[in-house]
Amino acid sequence: MSWYAFDSWIVLIGILSAVSCALPGCFLVLRRMSMMGDAISHAVLPGLAIGYLLTGERTSLVMFGGAVLVGALTAFFTQWISQLGKVDRGASMGIVFTSLFALGLVLIVRGADTVDLDPSCVLYGSIELAPLDVGTVLRMGETTLEVPRTVMTSGVLLLVNLAVILAFFKEWKITSFDPALARTLGLSSGVMHYLLMILVALTTVTVFEAVGSILVIAMLIVPPACAALLANRLGSLLLISALFATLTAVLGHVMAIGLPPLIGYTDTSSTGMMAVAAGLLFAVTALLTRLRGALKPRPAGP
Amino acid sequence: MGTGAVLPEMRVRRQTRFAAVGLFLLLTGTGVLIALEENLLKVFLLRNYNTRLVVLSTTLLGISSGMVGSFLLLRRRSLMGDALSHATLPGIALAFMGLVALGGVGKELGWLLGGAALSGLLGVVAVTLICRLPRMKEDTAMGIVLSVFYGAGVALLGLIQEMPGAGAAGLETFIYGKTASLVGSDFQILWLITGGVVLVSAAFYKEFKILCFDEAFAASTGWPVRRLDLLLLGLVTAVTVAGLQAVGLILIIALLVIPPAAARMWTSRLYRMLILSGLIGGMSGWIGATLSALLSKLPAGAVIVLVASGFFLFSLFLGTERGILVRLLRHLSLKRRVERQNLLRAFYEVLEQRAGGRSPEAFVSWQELLARRSWSPRLLYRIARRALEAELIEEMDRSGLLLSPEGLAAAAKVTRNHRLWELYLIEHADIAPNHVDRDADFVEHVLGERLTRHLEQSLPDILRTGAPAVPGSPHGL
Repeated sequence: MSWYAFDSWIVLIGILSAVSCALPGCFLVLRRMSMMGDAISHAVLPGLAIGYLLTGERTSLVMFGGAVLVGALTAFFTQWISQLGKVDRGASMGIVFTSLFALGLVLIVRGADTVDLDPSCVLYGSIELAPLDVGTVLRMGETTLEVPRTVMTSGVLLLVNLAVILAFFKEWKITSFDPALARTLGLSSGVMHYLLMILVALTTVTVFEAVGSILVIAMLIVPPACAALLANRLGSLLLISALFATLTAVLGHVMAIGLPPLIGYTDTSSTGMMAVAAGLLFAVTALLTRLRGALKPRPAGP
Repeated sequence: MGTGAVLPEMRVRRQTRFAAVGLFLLLTGTGVLIALEENLLKVFLLRNYNTRLVVLSTTLLGISSGMVGSFLLLRRRSLMGDALSHATLPGIALAFMGLVALGGVGKELGWLLGGAALSGLLGVVAVTLICRLPRMKEDTAMGIVLSVFYGAGVALLGLIQEMPGAGAAGLETFIYGKTASLVGSDFQILWLITGGVVLVSAAFYKEFKILCFDEAFAASTGWPVRRLDLLLLGLVTAVTVAGLQAVGLILIIALLVIPPAAARMWTSRLYRMLILSGLIGGMSGWIGATLSALLSKLPAGAVIVLVASGFFLFSLFLGTERGILVRLLRHLSLKRRVERQNLLRAFYEVLEQRAGGRSPEAFVSWQELLARRSWSPRLLYRIARRALEAELIEEMDRSGLLLSPEGLAAAAKVTRNHRLWELYLIEHADIAPNHVDRDADFVEHVLGERLTRHLEQSLPDILRTGAPAVPGSPHGL
C-alpha cells in the first residue's frame, strides 16, 4: 500500500462530505426519518433532468437548484401524503421517491436525443476521480497547492451546515424531542421540519455529485446511529457523530487501498469501503455498548 | 390455540375462500396465456413473444408484490423492500466471484439469485438485530443495513472489475433490471413465486393477520411470532429478488409500497386489501408494460411505477374507506350532526326552563338560544337554516324560531341521551356533577341505540320505568 497526495485529497473530501452529512443526519435519526436521505438522493433525478434539459450543461447551477428543490419537495409530498391520506410515513416516502425517480427516468429517456445523462452516473459519483478536477490553485511563496473543486464545495457545505445547526440548535432540539412543548412555546415544528429537510436536500445533492449516493446515505445515518448508542446529550451526539464520520472516511479509504492487495487485487471503490467501514464501526460500538450494558446497567437516556 | 380452536369452521371458510381467489388468479393467468396463443387479445397486445413475456411477467410481479407489500404496509415496514433490495448486491457479487473462483462462467442465474436471496435475508436479520439495540428504531436499522450492504456490494464490484476476463459488465444490470429483455426463465421464476405467495398467504392468512394487527397479543397467546415474521420476510425476499433482476431496484420497491397503499384507501378488511392490492399491482404492471411497448422511448419500469402512482393518487382522493374526500365528507356530516343536536338541546333546555317542560308553543327567540352556547349569531343562523331544511324547525323569522313536532321529539331525545350520559358519569364514573356537562358533550353525539338502552338499564332508580321521559338536569343550567 502506498500513499500519494492523491489519497490525502480523497480522504479530505471523504471527511468533509462525511461530517457534512453526519450533522443533519443526527436530527434525521432522532426524528425517525433515517430513510429520508435515501429517498431524497433517488428523488432528485427529475430535478437534475429538468435542470439539464433547460440549460444543456451538466454542472450548471440550474441543475443544482432543481435537484435541491425536488429534494425539498420530496419531504413536502411525503408529509402531505402521510398527513392527509393517513398513510404510514415510511410508505408515503416510498411512494414519493419511487414516483419521482420514475418521472426523472422518463424525462431523461424522452429527452435522450439531445441528452447524454446516464442515471447511474448521476447517482453514483466517484470519489476517486474527484481530486483530478482542480478548482482553485493556492500559491504560498514557492509551493503551489492545487485544491480540487470538490474540496471547496464540500468545505463550504460543511460550513453552511455548521452555521445553520448552530443557529437553530435550540429550536431543532425542542422540536425533535418535544414537539408539543415547541408548539406551546410558539415554535412551529413544521417550519423547523422543512428547514431541516432543505438542509438535508442541499447536503445530499452537493455531496452525491462528488462522492455518490451510497456514501451520502451511509454518512447521514450510520455515524449518528453509532453516536446515539453512546451519547446522552444532543451536543455530544453531534460531536461524536462528527468524530465517527471522520474516522469512517479515513478507515474506509485505508481499507479500500489496503485490503485488496492482501487477496491479490490492486484496490477497490473508496466510497463502498467507507460505507463498509461505517458498518464495522457501528458493529464494534454496538458490541461494546452491549458488553457495557451487561456489566453495568445504563442510566435511562433521553 | 387462540381463535383457531374456537372458530375452526371460520378459519376453514376463510382459507377456502382465499384459496379460491388464489386459484382464480392462477387460472386467469393461464387463461390469458391460452387466449394469447389463440390470438384473441391481439388488439390489446402486440403479437410479439417478447412483449407478451414482458407484460405477463410484470403483471405477475405486480400481483405478488402487491399482496406481500400489504403485510409490510400494515406492519409499518414498507421500506423493508428498499433495504432488502439494496442488501442483495454483496450476495450477487460474492456468488459471481465464487463461481469464477470455481472456474465457472460467473453469470449463472440460479447462483446469482441464491446469493442475492441469502444476503437479502441476512440484511433483514441484521435489521431485526439492530432494532433490539437501545435507541435503535426500525428506520435507522433499515438505513444502516441498506447503505452498508450496498457499499460492500459496490466495493466487491470494484474488485470484480479487476478480474481477468470475467465479463462482469452485465452484473450491474442484474440489480437495475432489464425489463425490456426479460426471457422465458424469468417468467417461469415469477410464475412460481406468485403462486407461492398466493398459497402461503392463504395458508397463513390468520397468522399473518394477527401478526399485522396485534403482534403483542399474538406473542402472548403463544404464536411463534419470530418465525412467522421470518416467513413473511422470506416471502418479501423471494419477491424482491425475483423482481430485482426482472425489473430493477426502484420498480420493485415501488410495487411493494404503492399498490398496498392504494388498496388501503378502499377497504379496512385484510383479505379485500390483499386482493385489491394484487389487482392494482397486476394492472399497473399490465398497463405500464403495454404502454411502454406501444409508445417509443418509454422505459417500462418507470412507466409501471407512474401508472401505479396514478392508481394511488386516484385512490388517495376517491378511496371509499380512507380517501381524502370521503373522510372530509364524514367529518363534515359529523360536525353538522353535532351542531344540529346542540341546537335541539339548547332549544329543549330553553323550553324546559320557561314552562316546566310544557310550553304551549315551541317558539324561542334568537337571544335565548344565543345565551345558551358560545356560538356566533352567524353560525347559529346557519345551523338553524339546515334544521329548517330538515323540517325540524317549522318557521323562523327575525324574532326567533318555531320547533316542529318532529323537532320537539328529536330535541327531547337528544336531551334525554345527554342527561342519561351525565347521570351515568355521576353514578358510575364518579365525576362531580358540575363537571359532567363538558364530558357528556363529547360523547352524547355518538350514543347509539344499544348504549342508550344500556344506560337506561344501569340507571333504574332515576328513571321512571317504561316512559321515555327526559330526566331533570343533574346540574344547574
